[in-house]
Amino acid sequence: MKSHTITLSINGENRSVMVRSADTLLYVLRGKLGLTGAKPGCLNGDCGACTVNVEGWPMKSCLMLAVEADGKKVITIEGLENTPIQKAFVENFAFQCGYCTPGFIMNCHSLILKHPDADDHRIKEWLESNICRCTGYAEIESALKSVLRKK
Amino acid sequence: MEVIGKSVIRKEALDKVTGRAKYTHDYHSIPMLSGQKVISPFGHAKIVNIDTTEASKVPGVRAILAGKQYPLTGEAIRDRPPIAFDKVRYHGETVALVVADSPVQAKKAANLIKVQYELLPVVNSPSQAFEKGAPLVHEHLGEYKKEFDSHPVPDTNIATHIKIRKGKMEKGWSESTSVVEASFSFSPSDHVAMETRCATAEILPDGNIIITTSSQAPFMVKRLIADYFDEDMGKIIVHTPLVGGAYGGKAAVQLEILAYLASKAVGGKPVEILNTREEDILTSPCHIGLDAKIKFGADSSGKIKAAEIRFLWDGGAYSDKAIDLTRAGAVDCTGPYHIENVWCDSYCMYTNHPYAAPFRGFSHSELSFAIERTLDLLAQKLKLDPLKLRYLNAIKPGNTTPTRVRLNKSNVGNLQKCIERVRELMKWDQGPIEEINERISKVKGVACSWKTSTIDPNAPSGVILTFNRDGSINLLSGVIEIGTGTKTVLAQILAERLQMDVDKIYVRMEVDTQTTPEHWKTVASRGTFMGGRALLEAADDVIRQLKDIAATVLRAPREDLEVANSRVFLRDDPKIGLPFKDICYGYQYPNGNSIGGQIIGKGNYILRHLTHLDPETGAGKPGPEWTVAAYGVEIEFDKRDFTYRLLKACTVVDIGRVLNEKAALGQVMGAMSMGLAFAGRETFYFDEQGRVMNPQLRTYRPLRYGENPEYLVEFVETPQIDGPYGARGVGEHGLMGMPAALGNALSTAAGVSLHNLPLIPELIWKAKEAQK
Ligand code: FES
Ligand code: FES
Repeated sequence: MKSHTITLSINGENRSVMVRSADTLLYVLRGKLGLTGAKPGCLNGDCGACTVNVEGWPMKSCLMLAVEADGKKVITIEGLENTPIQKAFVENFAFQCGYCTPGFIMNCHSLILKHPDADDHRIKEWLESNICRCTGYAEIESALKSVLRKK
Repeated sequence: MEVIGKSVIRKEALDKVTGRAKYTHDYHSIPMLSGQKVISPFGHAKIVNIDTTEASKVPGVRAILAGKQYPLTGEAIRDRPPIAFDKVRYHGETVALVVADSPVQAKKAANLIKVQYELLPVVNSPSQAFEKGAPLVHEHLGEYKKEFDSHPVPDTNIATHIKIRKGKMEKGWSESTSVVEASFSFSPSDHVAMETRCATAEILPDGNIIITTSSQAPFMVKRLIADYFDEDMGKIIVHTPLVGGAYGGKAAVQLEILAYLASKAVGGKPVEILNTREEDILTSPCHIGLDAKIKFGADSSGKIKAAEIRFLWDGGAYSDKAIDLTRAGAVDCTGPYHIENVWCDSYCMYTNHPYAAPFRGFSHSELSFAIERTLDLLAQKLKLDPLKLRYLNAIKPGNTTPTRVRLNKSNVGNLQKCIERVRELMKWDQGPIEEINERISKVKGVACSWKTSTIDPNAPSGVILTFNRDGSINLLSGVIEIGTGTKTVLAQILAERLQMDVDKIYVRMEVDTQTTPEHWKTVASRGTFMGGRALLEAADDVIRQLKDIAATVLRAPREDLEVANSRVFLRDDPKIGLPFKDICYGYQYPNGNSIGGQIIGKGNYILRHLTHLDPETGAGKPGPEWTVAAYGVEIEFDKRDFTYRLLKACTVVDIGRVLNEKAALGQVMGAMSMGLAFAGRETFYFDEQGRVMNPQLRTYRPLRYGENPEYLVEFVETPQIDGPYGARGVGEHGLMGMPAALGNALSTAAGVSLHNLPLIPELIWKAKEAQK
């Protein structure tokens, strides 16, 4: 299978990597760039554990080929530092095992940027793409709303 | 100092919100080989031939494991070949394992392995398995090695049979004026931890076997691999980093064995085996199914006089943990009610379904569905308020359990108090049904549960405490951080005992079986109780040592010394004292002389007075205490199409003492969410070949954001006197009553008695049709 050298802008740094045509962005982030924050949960778009931010939008990195991300701006959980949503997750106990957390935080983070005034309907529309098996979602809701309301 | 009860932020919180938290698969390094499975596409079939010629030609392939007889594995009965041999017994069973340089190469080769099968008749339910003349899942059941308390019946599909015989049944029935009888049934389902199971193994030149695994039971991995393959136990070192959800499913030992065999086949090189989601659902053990038959008799006042119960558990193709599940279901078979005359047969049945692992609640959410639905039927027959019936029969100190343990004020919680709180929180007295319009109504249902933890009577837990030179403390416990926050709670207990700042306590999150003291398994809500007791002993050990040195230096009797705020000081003159940092590595006098030395605290705990059960009557003490809870669910029901929305779910549980409030609330709400998903939507759909038709998260749908109800959670605190600060386990108790409460609400709403899970509109429609 063909290999390509692509350049990704990851968390503000340009990184060149050699990838196969079939490599997903998730695979490259984890296996080639050592960014293991994005998690594999299903590898077919059902769970959201692999969510990153591509050009401002949340993206399931298992559904995007690495070559499609060539030249694009990608933010992963490792690229967030002291954001209000991370703090809110800690304070609201919005995680237990923590496996779904990077994906949820990236999704919430994107939502806060795109729709700082999101209502319940929009929140549901965005967050139902991720699964958390540990919490009952109440704490995630409180965490997100505590940040949205401040805006 | 009050650390207990506070919502102390979890010790691993920052790692988890920054993506730095590491799980097993996150440690993957380049030189690691990949093991990919070939799995059975059928429920029951003879393996006629396995052709690996094409597969072995794929570049990068280092070994193919197939068609070879490895030692049999399995916890209670050694009935499971790690890689299928001769025949397959469930859809998803591992038939071959390819080890190659990369996952891509391994997968490519796995796809080229040609397996020829000859179909065999399928055992597709535990009831079918129980029928005379049913096809046998294991032809040589009588020849397997087994634990002394497993009771397989050769030439049948019965893996074990647990009997409870308490009181006199004729007496019970003759005192009963109302009798109800009902059957219930549901298929196996899945845990769906977001982290799929993963294990790596490497065998070093010195023979050390290094395993890393996403497990709740690394110490079991060590023991079992030593046992199964005759390896030296000390050479097996099992690492477990953070675990991405487990819920019982990661208490079974499976992929570790495959990783070990794979590494062995390639000269000890490191091999990783990572389940795909589909394999995690199919191949790895699942959540047990059940067919139950319940008969209750009560007198005219509503007192339950007799209970006859038959459980046929769907243990699946291999018995592994299903034997223990069958026993656990038997010991608490009646639900939390005082009944003098009890007859229960709990059978672990072999079927051609994926085999069972423990699932949060360990048989109790399952049996509660059957028992609590029956209780509602009884209430209906007696024309009694269902909550009142439960209150009337609620188990209390002085009563005995089905295995004849006499309960006291400490070893059982206060169920009546839980029931009364549910009555208020659910506004039960306003009636179960509120008609909104001719199509929509709001309807409520209730349930109760209890549970003891049937773990090995000699299960150990140990803790070691070491100091850093600044006087801060490192806490080492074999409890796994599976998401429950137990390690943070342990730090709180230590902070409370030593009256010190919890931020000066460092908890080792990762467990490795060589340097961490053993904690049997992180299951059964026993982490806090057993780990906590061991910790308290270790803390006392530290206090004793600190005081010994301080007594010498301060020239004061030990009895006059007090420990708090990382200091040892005189009780009557606290200014005179020594900080930990001056004595935790020994005390040095100005001239250089030193005394004492490094302080290392140790503690252990082992449950007391547990016994095996009498094989004929079930009498015996299976667990240390019974946690009780009451539940309610309110739904909005559409009478036209039988769809419904979850409005409210309520749990009131007696947890003895709240140690970390937010963590406890989180545990309960999370368990409720899982219970509602199990009740309302999650099941394996089997075809006639025993194939699971929905092994993906788009066809097997856990609850998603916004589908959850509003949670009403409260705690009752009846201390368990021998628990750490009175605490009882809480990890499972939000779940157990949810299926029954939802089933009761929907049965009331639809006006038809529902006997199956999951409670989907189609099921309600079918029940309505059958009623016509
Ligand atoms: S791994 Fe990408 S959505 Fe599940
Ligand atoms: S915290 Fe475990 S899946 Fe969300």
